[in-house]
Amino acid sequence: MTSTFLADKRSGPGTELPPPESVRARGRGRRRVLHWLTAVGFQLPALVLFIGMVLLPMLFALYAAFFRWGGFGMPSDYVGTDNFTQLFDNPVFLGDLWRCLVLVVLSLAFQLPFALAMAVLLNQKLRGRAVYRMLFFAPYVLSEAITGVLFSMVFAPDSGLADHILGAVGLDGVGGLWFADPSYVMATLFLVMMWKYFGFHMMLYLAGLQSIPRELTEAALIDGASAWQRFRNVTLPLLAPTLRISIFLSVIGSIQLFDLVWVVTQGGPDHHSETMAVTMFQYGFKRYQVGYASAISVVMFGICLVFALAYQRFVLRRDLEGATTTMRGDGK
Amino acid sequence: MVVPLVYAVLSGFKSTDELSSNPFGLPKRWLTSNYTDILAGGDFWRLLGSSTLIAVGTTVLVVAASALAAFSFARFAFRGREALFTLFTMGLMFPFAVAVLPLFLLLRSLGLLDNPLGVILPQAAFGLPMTIIILRAFFREIPGELEEAATLDGCSPFGFFWRVLLPMARPALGTVSVLAVVTSWNNFMLPLLVFTDNTWWTLPIGVQQFQGQYSAEYARVFAYLVLAMVPALAFYSVAERQLVGGLTAGATKG
Repeated sequence: MTSTFLADKRSGPGTELPPPESVRARGRGRRRVLHWLTAVGFQLPALVLFIGMVLLPMLFALYAAFFRWGGFGMPSDYVGTDNFTQLFDNPVFLGDLWRCLVLVVLSLAFQLPFALAMAVLLNQKLRGRAVYRMLFFAPYVLSEAITGVLFSMVFAPDSGLADHILGAVGLDGVGGLWFADPSYVMATLFLVMMWKYFGFHMMLYLAGLQSIPRELTEAALIDGASAWQRFRNVTLPLLAPTLRISIFLSVIGSIQLFDLVWVVTQGGPDHHSETMAVTMFQYGFKRYQVGYASAISVVMFGICLVFALAYQRFVLRRDLEGATTTMRGDGK
Repeated sequence: MVVPLVYAVLSGFKSTDELSSNPFGLPKRWLTSNYTDILAGGDFWRLLGSSTLIAVGTTVLVVAASALAAFSFARFAFRGREALFTLFTMGLMFPFAVAVLPLFLLLRSLGLLDNPLGVILPQAAFGLPMTIIILRAFFREIPGELEEAATLDGCSPFGFFWRVLLPMARPALGTVSVLAVVTSWNNFMLPLLVFTDNTWWTLPIGVQQFQGQYSAEYARVFAYLVLAMVPALAFYSVAERQLVGGLTAGATKG
Protein backbone atom coordinates (compact mmCIF):
# COMPACT_ATOMS: atom_id res chain seq x y z
CA MET A 1 0.00 0.00 0.00
CA THR A 2 2.76 2.44 0.82
CA SER A 3 4.04 4.43 -2.07
CA THR A 4 7.59 3.86 -3.15
CA PHE A 5 8.39 7.40 -2.13
CA LEU A 6 7.44 6.83 1.49
CA ALA A 7 9.09 3.42 1.58
CA ASP A 8 12.23 5.00 0.28
CA LYS A 9 12.17 7.68 2.94
CA ARG A 10 11.60 5.19 5.73
CA SER A 11 14.83 3.39 4.92
CA GLY A 12 16.96 6.47 5.57
CA PRO A 13 18.31 7.21 9.06
CA GLY A 14 16.23 9.46 11.26
CA THR A 15 13.45 9.99 8.76
CA GLU A 16 10.73 8.96 11.19
CA LEU A 17 11.33 12.15 13.11
CA PRO A 18 9.21 15.13 12.21
CA PRO A 19 10.28 17.30 9.31
CA PRO A 20 10.64 21.05 9.77
CA GLU A 21 7.60 23.25 10.20
CA SER A 22 7.26 24.12 6.54
CA VAL A 23 7.01 20.46 5.46
CA ARG A 24 5.15 19.30 8.52
CA ALA A 25 1.77 20.62 7.40
CA ARG A 26 1.28 17.34 5.51
CA GLY A 27 1.96 15.14 8.57
CA ARG A 28 -1.02 13.44 10.17
CA GLY A 29 -1.93 10.47 12.34
CA ARG A 30 0.99 8.69 13.94
CA ARG A 31 3.45 11.22 12.68
CA ARG A 32 1.46 13.97 14.22
CA VAL A 33 1.53 12.29 17.62
CA LEU A 34 5.22 11.69 17.25
CA HIS A 35 5.71 15.31 16.38
CA TRP A 36 3.79 16.40 19.43
CA LEU A 37 5.75 14.04 21.66
CA THR A 38 9.04 15.35 20.31
CA ALA A 39 7.98 18.95 20.83
CA VAL A 40 6.79 18.34 24.36
CA GLY A 41 9.77 16.09 25.08
CA PHE A 42 12.02 19.10 24.67
CA GLN A 43 9.88 20.96 27.20
CA LEU A 44 10.04 18.22 29.76
CA PRO A 45 13.08 19.19 31.87
CA ALA A 46 11.96 22.80 32.11
CA LEU A 47 8.39 21.80 32.80
CA VAL A 48 9.24 19.38 35.58
CA LEU A 49 11.50 21.94 37.22
CA PHE A 50 8.99 24.74 36.87
CA ILE A 51 6.00 22.79 38.12
CA GLY A 52 7.90 21.18 40.97
CA MET A 53 9.76 24.21 42.25
CA VAL A 54 7.49 27.12 41.30
CA LEU A 55 3.88 26.16 40.66
CA LEU A 56 3.34 23.46 43.28
CA PRO A 57 4.86 25.52 46.11
CA MET A 58 2.70 28.47 45.08
CA LEU A 59 -0.45 26.37 45.06
CA PHE A 60 0.51 24.84 48.37
CA ALA A 61 0.92 28.29 49.91
CA LEU A 62 -2.58 29.10 48.74
CA TYR A 63 -3.83 25.93 50.42
CA ALA A 64 -1.90 26.36 53.67
CA ALA A 65 -3.15 29.92 54.06
CA PHE A 66 -6.49 28.51 55.21
CA PHE A 67 -5.04 26.52 58.11
CA ARG A 68 -3.58 27.17 61.49
CA TRP A 69 -0.39 25.26 60.97
CA GLY A 70 3.08 25.07 62.46
CA GLY A 71 4.76 23.65 59.38
CA PHE A 72 5.10 20.01 60.41
CA GLY A 73 3.04 17.17 58.99
CA MET A 74 0.15 18.15 56.78
CA PRO A 75 -2.03 21.11 57.72
CA SER A 76 -5.22 19.86 59.40
CA ASP A 77 -6.60 22.67 61.56
CA TYR A 78 -8.80 24.41 58.99
CA VAL A 79 -9.64 27.98 60.00
CA GLY A 80 -11.24 29.32 56.84
CA THR A 81 -10.32 32.90 56.13
CA ASP A 82 -9.31 33.64 59.73
CA ASN A 83 -5.68 34.14 58.77
CA PHE A 84 -6.67 36.78 56.28
CA THR A 85 -9.02 38.66 58.57
CA GLN A 86 -6.39 38.64 61.31
CA LEU A 87 -3.85 39.84 58.82
CA PHE A 88 -5.88 42.89 57.96
CA ASP A 89 -6.26 43.65 61.66
CA ASN A 90 -2.54 43.38 62.22
CA PRO A 91 -1.07 46.89 62.47
CA VAL A 92 2.33 45.60 61.35
CA PHE A 93 0.91 44.22 58.14
CA LEU A 94 -1.14 47.32 57.47
CA GLY A 95 2.07 49.24 58.01
CA ASP A 96 3.78 46.96 55.48
CA LEU A 97 1.19 47.88 52.89
CA TRP A 98 1.65 51.57 53.64
CA ARG A 99 5.45 51.33 53.47
CA CYS A 100 5.21 49.43 50.22
CA LEU A 101 3.13 52.24 48.77
CA VAL A 102 5.62 54.82 50.05
CA LEU A 103 8.50 52.97 48.39
CA VAL A 104 6.63 52.71 45.11
CA VAL A 105 5.80 56.41 45.13
CA LEU A 106 9.34 57.42 46.09
CA SER A 107 10.80 55.23 43.34
CA LEU A 108 8.51 56.65 40.70
CA ALA A 109 8.92 60.22 41.89
CA PHE A 110 12.69 60.29 42.41
CA GLN A 111 14.55 57.24 41.22
CA LEU A 112 13.17 56.91 37.72
CA PRO A 113 13.29 60.62 36.75
CA PHE A 114 16.84 60.79 38.08
CA ALA A 115 17.78 57.69 36.09
CA LEU A 116 16.20 59.20 33.00
CA ALA A 117 18.08 62.46 33.42
CA MET A 118 21.38 60.61 33.78
CA ALA A 119 20.60 58.45 30.75
CA VAL A 120 19.86 61.49 28.60
CA LEU A 121 23.07 63.08 29.83
CA LEU A 122 25.16 60.00 29.13
CA ASN A 123 23.59 59.58 25.73
CA GLN A 124 25.33 62.79 24.62
CA LYS A 125 28.86 62.69 23.37
CA LEU A 126 30.50 63.01 26.73
CA ARG A 127 34.10 62.45 27.67
CA GLY A 128 34.49 59.15 29.48
CA ARG A 129 30.85 58.20 29.30
CA ALA A 130 31.71 54.52 29.07
CA VAL A 131 33.41 54.86 32.44
CA TYR A 132 30.37 56.58 33.97
CA ARG A 133 28.14 53.85 32.67
CA MET A 134 30.29 51.17 34.22
CA LEU A 135 30.38 53.01 37.53
CA PHE A 136 26.67 53.73 37.77
CA PHE A 137 25.75 50.22 36.87
CA ALA A 138 28.30 48.51 39.11
CA PRO A 139 26.14 48.60 42.27
CA TYR A 140 23.54 46.55 40.47
CA VAL A 141 25.84 43.53 40.36
CA LEU A 142 26.52 43.66 44.10
CA SER A 143 24.12 41.58 46.10
CA GLU A 144 21.55 43.37 48.23
CA ALA A 145 23.01 41.68 51.27
CA ILE A 146 26.48 43.06 50.62
CA THR A 147 25.05 46.48 49.78
CA GLY A 148 23.12 46.34 53.02
CA VAL A 149 26.18 45.60 55.14
CA LEU A 150 28.13 48.33 53.36
CA PHE A 151 25.48 50.93 54.06
CA SER A 152 24.88 49.87 57.60
CA MET A 153 28.55 50.86 58.06
CA VAL A 154 28.20 54.06 56.07
CA PHE A 155 25.17 55.08 58.11
CA ALA A 156 26.46 53.81 61.43
CA PRO A 157 25.64 56.51 64.00
CA ASP A 158 28.65 58.75 64.81
CA SER A 159 31.34 56.51 63.33
CA GLY A 160 29.88 56.14 59.84
CA LEU A 161 30.78 58.03 56.71
CA ALA A 162 27.43 59.81 56.45
CA ASP A 163 27.72 61.49 59.85
CA HIS A 164 31.34 62.40 59.19
CA ILE A 165 30.44 64.07 55.91
CA LEU A 166 27.62 66.02 57.51
CA GLY A 167 29.96 66.98 60.34
CA ALA A 168 32.62 68.11 57.89
CA VAL A 169 30.24 70.52 56.16
CA GLY A 170 29.07 71.92 59.48
CA LEU A 171 25.82 70.01 59.80
CA ASP A 172 26.55 68.16 63.02
CA GLY A 173 23.55 66.52 64.50
CA VAL A 174 21.54 66.56 61.29
CA GLY A 175 22.13 62.90 60.64
CA GLY A 176 21.88 60.97 63.83
CA LEU A 177 20.54 57.49 64.13
CA TRP A 178 19.64 56.80 60.49
CA PHE A 179 18.56 53.17 60.41
CA ALA A 180 17.81 53.18 64.12
CA ASP A 181 15.50 56.19 63.98
CA PRO A 182 11.86 55.28 63.28
CA SER A 183 11.23 58.46 61.35
CA TYR A 184 14.39 58.29 59.23
CA VAL A 185 14.72 54.60 58.57
CA MET A 186 12.57 54.39 55.43
CA ALA A 187 14.20 57.44 53.88
CA THR A 188 17.63 56.00 54.55
CA LEU A 189 16.64 52.64 53.09
CA PHE A 190 15.31 54.40 50.06
CA LEU A 191 18.63 56.16 49.55
CA VAL A 192 20.35 52.79 49.55
CA MET A 193 17.82 51.35 47.10
CA MET A 194 18.34 54.30 44.89
CA TRP A 195 22.10 53.86 44.98
CA LYS A 196 21.76 50.23 44.05
CA TYR A 197 19.02 50.28 41.42
CA PHE A 198 19.05 53.61 39.67
CA GLY A 199 21.92 52.45 37.43
CA PHE A 200 19.82 49.54 36.28
CA HIS A 201 17.00 51.80 35.16
CA MET A 202 19.48 54.18 33.62
CA MET A 203 20.87 51.33 31.52
CA LEU A 204 17.40 50.40 30.34
CA TYR A 205 16.77 54.00 29.29
CA LEU A 206 20.13 54.23 27.57
CA ALA A 207 19.30 51.14 25.55
CA GLY A 208 15.94 52.69 24.70
CA LEU A 209 17.50 56.02 23.77
CA GLN A 210 19.96 54.34 21.46
CA SER A 211 17.18 52.74 19.48
CA ILE A 212 15.71 56.17 18.69
CA PRO A 213 16.94 57.22 15.26
CA ARG A 214 19.14 60.31 15.42
CA GLU A 215 17.43 61.78 12.36
CA LEU A 216 14.29 62.43 14.36
CA THR A 217 15.91 64.68 16.94
CA GLU A 218 18.03 66.26 14.24
CA ALA A 219 14.93 67.05 12.23
CA ALA A 220 13.37 68.64 15.29
CA LEU A 221 16.54 70.63 15.80
CA ILE A 222 16.37 71.94 12.25
CA ASP A 223 12.75 72.88 12.79
CA GLY A 224 13.97 75.05 15.64
CA ALA A 225 12.82 73.00 18.62
CA SER A 226 14.52 73.78 21.90
CA ALA A 227 16.30 71.08 23.88
CA TRP A 228 13.31 70.72 26.18
CA GLN A 229 10.87 70.55 23.27
CA ARG A 230 13.00 67.91 21.59
CA PHE A 231 13.03 65.89 24.78
CA ARG A 232 9.36 66.39 25.53
CA ASN A 233 7.94 65.82 22.05
CA VAL A 234 10.39 63.45 20.40
CA THR A 235 12.48 61.52 22.90
CA LEU A 236 9.94 60.95 25.64
CA PRO A 237 7.14 59.50 23.49
CA LEU A 238 9.58 57.20 21.73
CA LEU A 239 11.01 56.09 25.03
CA ALA A 240 7.58 55.37 26.47
CA PRO A 241 7.72 51.56 26.06
CA THR A 242 11.00 51.42 27.98
CA LEU A 243 9.60 53.71 30.66
CA ARG A 244 6.56 51.53 31.11
CA ILE A 245 8.71 48.42 31.52
CA SER A 246 10.97 50.14 34.02
CA ILE A 247 7.99 51.35 36.05
CA PHE A 248 6.66 47.82 36.10
CA LEU A 249 9.93 46.33 37.30
CA SER A 250 10.33 49.03 39.90
CA VAL A 251 6.88 48.46 41.40
CA ILE A 252 7.19 44.67 41.47
CA GLY A 253 10.63 45.05 43.03
CA SER A 254 9.28 47.30 45.78
CA ILE A 255 6.50 44.86 46.62
CA GLN A 256 8.89 42.01 47.32
CA LEU A 257 11.77 43.85 48.98
CA PHE A 258 13.46 41.60 51.52
CA ASP A 259 17.24 41.11 51.43
CA LEU A 260 18.20 44.70 52.05
CA VAL A 261 15.80 45.19 54.94
CA TRP A 262 16.67 41.89 56.52
CA VAL A 263 20.39 42.59 56.50
CA VAL A 264 20.19 46.18 57.64
CA THR A 265 17.33 46.43 60.13
CA GLN A 266 15.39 43.15 60.20
CA GLY A 267 12.36 45.39 60.01
CA GLY A 268 13.21 47.49 63.03
CA PRO A 269 13.21 49.76 64.90
CA ASP A 270 9.85 48.59 66.18
CA HIS A 271 8.63 47.42 62.73
CA HIS A 272 9.20 50.82 61.18
CA SER A 273 11.04 49.41 58.18
CA GLU A 274 9.27 46.09 57.91
CA THR A 275 8.10 44.93 54.49
CA MET A 276 5.58 42.23 53.63
CA ALA A 277 8.33 39.74 52.86
CA VAL A 278 10.01 40.46 56.20
CA THR A 279 6.76 39.99 58.11
CA MET A 280 6.17 36.73 56.24
CA PHE A 281 9.67 35.59 57.11
CA GLN A 282 9.22 36.49 60.77
CA TYR A 283 5.98 34.55 61.13
CA GLY A 284 6.98 31.64 58.93
CA PHE A 285 10.53 30.96 60.01
CA LYS A 286 10.87 32.56 63.42
CA ARG A 287 7.49 31.97 65.03
CA TYR A 288 6.45 28.88 63.05
CA GLN A 289 3.01 30.26 62.25
CA VAL A 290 3.28 28.84 58.78
CA GLY A 291 -0.41 29.10 57.89
CA TYR A 292 -0.49 32.75 58.86
CA ALA A 293 2.74 33.43 56.97
CA SER A 294 1.28 31.66 53.93
CA ALA A 295 -1.63 34.08 54.04
CA ILE A 296 0.89 36.92 53.78
CA SER A 297 2.44 35.19 50.76
CA VAL A 298 -0.94 34.89 49.16
CA VAL A 299 -1.75 38.57 49.70
CA MET A 300 1.64 39.52 48.27
CA PHE A 301 1.01 37.36 45.28
CA GLY A 302 -2.48 38.79 44.89
CA ILE A 303 -1.14 42.34 44.89
CA CYS A 304 1.54 41.47 42.33
CA LEU A 305 -0.95 39.64 40.16
CA VAL A 306 -3.59 42.34 40.22
CA PHE A 307 -1.01 44.97 39.51
CA ALA A 308 0.59 42.94 36.72
CA LEU A 309 -2.69 42.10 35.05
CA ALA A 310 -4.05 45.62 35.29
CA TYR A 311 -0.77 47.00 34.03
CA GLN A 312 -0.70 44.58 31.16
CA ARG A 313 -4.30 45.27 30.30
CA PHE A 314 -4.18 49.04 30.41
CA VAL A 315 -0.59 50.05 29.93
CA LEU A 316 1.48 47.39 28.23
CA ARG A 317 -0.99 46.23 25.63
CA ARG A 318 0.04 48.88 23.19
CA ASP A 319 3.67 47.82 23.49
CA LEU A 320 2.93 44.18 22.98
CA GLU A 321 0.98 44.94 19.84
CA GLY A 322 3.90 46.90 18.51
CA ALA A 323 6.42 44.35 19.69
CA THR A 324 5.58 41.73 17.13
CA THR A 325 6.34 44.06 14.29
CA THR A 326 9.01 46.39 15.60
CA MET A 327 11.03 44.08 17.80
CA ARG A 328 12.19 41.79 15.03
CA GLY A 329 15.85 41.80 14.36
CA ASP A 330 17.04 42.96 17.76
CA GLY A 331 17.44 39.45 19.08
CA LYS A 332 21.22 39.59 19.32
CA MET B 1 28.37 56.70 43.50
CA VAL B 2 31.81 55.34 44.11
CA VAL B 3 32.34 57.14 47.39
CA PRO B 4 30.95 54.30 49.52
CA LEU B 5 33.07 51.78 47.61
CA VAL B 6 36.28 53.78 47.90
CA TYR B 7 35.50 54.44 51.54
CA ALA B 8 35.17 50.71 52.13
CA VAL B 9 38.43 49.89 50.36
CA LEU B 10 40.41 52.54 52.24
CA SER B 11 38.81 51.70 55.56
CA GLY B 12 39.90 48.13 55.11
CA PHE B 13 43.49 49.32 55.22
CA LYS B 14 43.04 51.17 58.48
CA SER B 15 42.82 50.00 62.03
CA THR B 16 39.46 50.33 63.74
CA ASP B 17 40.96 53.01 66.01
CA GLU B 18 42.14 55.04 63.08
CA LEU B 19 38.70 54.81 61.46
CA SER B 20 37.15 57.04 64.10
CA SER B 21 39.97 59.60 64.16
CA ASN B 22 40.56 59.68 60.41
CA PRO B 23 37.40 58.59 58.57
CA PHE B 24 38.04 59.97 55.06
CA GLY B 25 41.74 60.36 54.46
CA LEU B 26 44.22 57.87 53.18
CA PRO B 27 45.38 55.50 55.90
CA LYS B 28 48.35 56.88 57.85
CA ARG B 29 49.89 53.48 57.70
CA TRP B 30 48.59 51.04 55.11
CA LEU B 31 47.58 48.10 57.19
CA THR B 32 47.22 45.01 55.05
CA SER B 33 46.58 42.58 57.86
CA ASN B 34 42.79 43.01 57.68
CA TYR B 35 42.80 41.73 54.14
CA THR B 36 45.52 39.13 54.46
CA ASP B 37 44.06 37.65 57.65
CA ILE B 38 40.81 36.96 55.86
CA LEU B 39 42.53 35.54 52.81
CA ALA B 40 44.80 33.39 54.95
CA GLY B 41 41.88 31.79 56.77
CA GLY B 42 40.01 29.04 54.97
CA ASP B 43 36.51 30.41 55.55
CA PHE B 44 36.52 33.03 52.86
CA TRP B 45 37.71 30.60 50.22
CA ARG B 46 35.13 28.05 51.24
CA LEU B 47 32.35 30.62 50.81
CA LEU B 48 33.78 31.66 47.48
CA GLY B 49 33.93 28.06 46.33
CA SER B 50 30.41 27.38 47.47
CA SER B 51 29.05 30.52 45.77
CA THR B 52 30.87 29.50 42.59
CA LEU B 53 29.65 25.92 42.65
CA ILE B 54 26.06 27.01 43.18
CA ALA B 55 26.23 29.68 40.50
CA VAL B 56 27.74 27.28 37.95
CA GLY B 57 25.28 24.53 38.81
CA THR B 58 22.30 26.87 38.55
CA THR B 59 23.52 28.32 35.28
CA VAL B 60 24.16 24.99 33.59
CA LEU B 61 20.79 23.67 34.65
CA VAL B 62 18.71 26.71 33.78
CA VAL B 63 20.40 27.30 30.44
CA ALA B 64 20.18 23.64 29.39
CA ALA B 65 16.52 23.24 30.35
CA SER B 66 15.58 26.63 28.88
CA ALA B 67 17.42 26.05 25.62
CA LEU B 68 15.54 22.78 25.05
CA ALA B 69 12.21 24.38 25.90
CA ALA B 70 12.91 27.53 23.90
CA PHE B 71 13.90 25.39 20.91
CA SER B 72 10.58 23.61 21.03
CA PHE B 73 8.69 26.90 21.49
CA ALA B 74 10.50 28.55 18.61
CA ARG B 75 10.62 25.75 16.03
CA PHE B 76 7.65 23.50 16.58
CA ALA B 77 3.97 24.11 16.09
CA PHE B 78 2.17 21.89 18.54
CA ARG B 79 -1.07 21.75 20.43
CA GLY B 80 -0.84 23.58 23.74
CA ARG B 81 2.19 25.62 22.80
CA GLU B 82 0.72 29.03 23.53
CA ALA B 83 -0.79 27.84 26.80
CA LEU B 84 2.56 26.45 27.94
CA PHE B 85 4.38 29.57 26.92
CA THR B 86 1.91 31.73 28.81
CA LEU B 87 2.46 29.53 31.84
CA PHE B 88 6.19 30.19 31.73
CA THR B 89 5.84 33.91 31.10
CA MET B 90 3.49 34.18 34.04
CA GLY B 91 6.39 32.91 36.09
CA LEU B 92 7.94 36.34 35.62
CA MET B 93 5.28 37.79 37.88
CA PHE B 94 5.69 35.27 40.69
CA PRO B 95 7.72 36.90 43.39
CA PHE B 96 10.24 34.54 44.84
CA ALA B 97 9.30 35.56 48.36
CA VAL B 98 5.81 34.20 47.86
CA ALA B 99 6.96 30.67 47.13
CA VAL B 100 9.83 30.54 49.55
CA LEU B 101 7.90 29.20 52.51
CA PRO B 102 6.33 26.13 50.86
CA LEU B 103 9.51 25.70 48.86
CA PHE B 104 11.41 25.43 52.10
CA LEU B 105 8.99 22.79 53.37
CA LEU B 106 9.30 20.90 50.09
CA LEU B 107 13.09 20.96 50.24
CA ARG B 108 12.96 19.80 53.83
CA SER B 109 10.80 16.81 52.95
CA LEU B 110 13.08 15.99 50.02
CA GLY B 111 16.07 16.08 52.35
CA LEU B 112 17.69 18.87 50.37
CA LEU B 113 18.39 21.22 53.26
CA ASP B 114 22.12 21.79 53.74
CA ASN B 115 22.59 20.49 50.24
CA PRO B 116 23.67 22.73 47.35
CA LEU B 117 20.94 21.17 45.22
CA GLY B 118 18.42 22.73 47.57
CA VAL B 119 19.52 26.13 46.27
CA ILE B 120 20.39 25.16 42.70
CA LEU B 121 17.06 23.57 41.77
CA PRO B 122 14.76 26.41 42.91
CA GLN B 123 17.07 29.08 41.52
CA ALA B 124 17.11 27.36 38.16
CA ALA B 125 13.35 26.95 38.24
CA PHE B 126 12.79 30.64 38.94
CA GLY B 127 15.28 31.58 36.24
CA LEU B 128 13.43 29.63 33.56
CA PRO B 129 10.86 32.23 32.45
CA MET B 130 13.30 35.00 31.60
CA THR B 131 15.81 32.61 30.02
CA ILE B 132 13.21 30.90 27.87
CA ILE B 133 11.82 34.23 26.66
CA ILE B 134 15.22 35.54 25.62
CA LEU B 135 16.33 32.30 23.97
CA ARG B 136 13.06 31.78 22.15
CA ALA B 137 13.31 35.20 20.57
CA PHE B 138 16.83 34.37 19.46
CA PHE B 139 16.06 30.91 18.11
CA ARG B 140 13.27 32.37 16.01
CA GLU B 141 15.72 34.55 14.16
CA ILE B 142 17.58 31.57 12.77
CA PRO B 143 16.29 30.95 9.25
CA GLY B 144 14.04 27.96 8.66
CA GLU B 145 16.03 26.98 5.53
CA LEU B 146 18.88 25.90 7.78
CA GLU B 147 16.58 23.52 9.57
CA GLU B 148 15.21 22.12 6.34
CA ALA B 149 18.69 21.61 4.98
CA ALA B 150 19.78 19.84 8.15
CA THR B 151 16.70 17.63 8.13
CA LEU B 152 17.24 16.67 4.49
CA ASP B 153 20.77 15.71 5.42
CA GLY B 154 19.31 13.30 7.92
CA CYS B 155 19.54 15.40 11.05
CA SER B 156 17.10 14.60 13.85
CA PRO B 157 15.50 17.54 15.68
CA PHE B 158 17.88 17.01 18.56
CA GLY B 159 20.79 16.73 16.13
CA PHE B 160 19.80 20.04 14.60
CA PHE B 161 19.44 21.60 18.03
CA TRP B 162 22.78 20.29 19.24
CA ARG B 163 24.93 20.64 16.17
CA VAL B 164 23.47 23.68 14.40
CA LEU B 165 21.32 25.79 16.69
CA LEU B 166 23.38 25.84 19.87
CA PRO B 167 26.67 26.76 18.19
CA MET B 168 24.87 29.54 16.32
CA ALA B 169 23.22 30.79 19.48
CA ARG B 170 26.47 31.24 21.38
CA PRO B 171 26.04 35.00 21.95
CA ALA B 172 22.55 34.54 23.33
CA LEU B 173 23.66 31.64 25.50
CA GLY B 174 26.46 33.81 26.83
CA THR B 175 24.01 36.55 27.73
CA VAL B 176 21.58 34.33 29.59
CA SER B 177 24.45 32.56 31.35
CA VAL B 178 25.82 35.83 32.65
CA LEU B 179 22.38 36.81 33.89
CA ALA B 180 21.98 33.47 35.63
CA VAL B 181 25.39 33.70 37.29
CA VAL B 182 24.70 37.20 38.63
CA THR B 183 21.27 36.28 39.95
CA SER B 184 22.54 33.18 41.66
CA TRP B 185 25.57 34.96 43.08
CA ASN B 186 23.40 37.61 44.67
CA ASN B 187 20.68 35.39 46.07
CA PHE B 188 20.40 35.76 49.80
CA MET B 189 17.05 34.55 51.07
CA LEU B 190 17.22 31.00 49.77
CA PRO B 191 20.75 30.12 50.92
CA LEU B 192 19.91 31.77 54.24
CA LEU B 193 17.07 29.31 54.71
CA VAL B 194 18.51 26.19 53.13
CA PHE B 195 21.95 26.24 54.74
CA THR B 196 21.47 25.96 58.47
CA ASP B 197 25.13 25.33 59.19
CA ASN B 198 28.05 27.05 57.57
CA THR B 199 29.30 24.21 55.33
CA TRP B 200 27.70 25.60 52.19
CA TRP B 201 27.24 29.27 53.07
CA THR B 202 27.54 31.64 50.14
CA LEU B 203 29.28 35.02 50.17
CA PRO B 204 26.24 37.18 50.93
CA ILE B 205 25.45 35.01 53.95
CA GLY B 206 29.09 35.02 54.97
CA VAL B 207 29.28 38.81 54.87
CA GLN B 208 26.16 39.20 56.97
CA GLN B 209 27.39 36.71 59.56
CA PHE B 210 30.85 38.23 59.62
CA GLN B 211 29.39 41.63 60.36
CA GLY B 212 27.39 40.16 63.20
CA GLN B 213 30.42 38.41 64.61
CA TYR B 214 32.92 41.27 64.36
CA SER B 215 30.49 44.14 64.79
CA ALA B 216 32.97 46.14 66.86
CA GLU B 217 35.87 45.71 64.45
CA TYR B 218 34.77 47.98 61.67
CA ALA B 219 38.01 47.82 59.73
CA ARG B 220 37.87 44.04 59.48
CA VAL B 221 34.27 44.10 58.34
CA PHE B 222 35.19 46.62 55.65
CA ALA B 223 38.03 44.42 54.45
CA TYR B 224 35.73 41.43 54.33
CA LEU B 225 33.11 43.41 52.47
CA VAL B 226 35.61 44.55 49.88
CA LEU B 227 36.90 41.05 49.32
CA ALA B 228 33.35 39.78 48.91
CA MET B 229 32.67 42.44 46.28
CA VAL B 230 35.76 41.69 44.24
CA PRO B 231 34.53 38.55 42.45
CA ALA B 232 31.21 40.16 41.46
CA LEU B 233 32.86 43.35 40.23
CA ALA B 234 35.58 41.43 38.40
CA PHE B 235 32.98 39.28 36.70
CA TYR B 236 31.01 42.40 35.83
CA SER B 237 33.99 44.12 34.25
CA VAL B 238 34.56 41.09 32.02
CA ALA B 239 30.95 40.36 31.17
CA GLU B 240 29.48 43.87 31.19
CA ARG B 241 28.34 43.86 27.57
CA GLN B 242 26.57 40.53 27.87
CA LEU B 243 24.91 41.45 31.11
CA VAL B 244 23.54 44.75 29.89
CA GLY B 245 22.47 43.17 26.61
CA GLY B 246 20.62 40.47 28.48
CA LEU B 247 18.87 42.84 30.84
CA THR B 248 17.70 45.17 28.14
CA ALA B 249 16.61 42.33 25.84
CA GLY B 250 14.88 40.57 28.71
CA ALA B 251 13.19 43.70 29.92
CA THR B 252 11.82 44.80 26.59
CA LYS B 253 10.61 41.36 25.65
CA GLY B 254 9.23 40.43 29.04
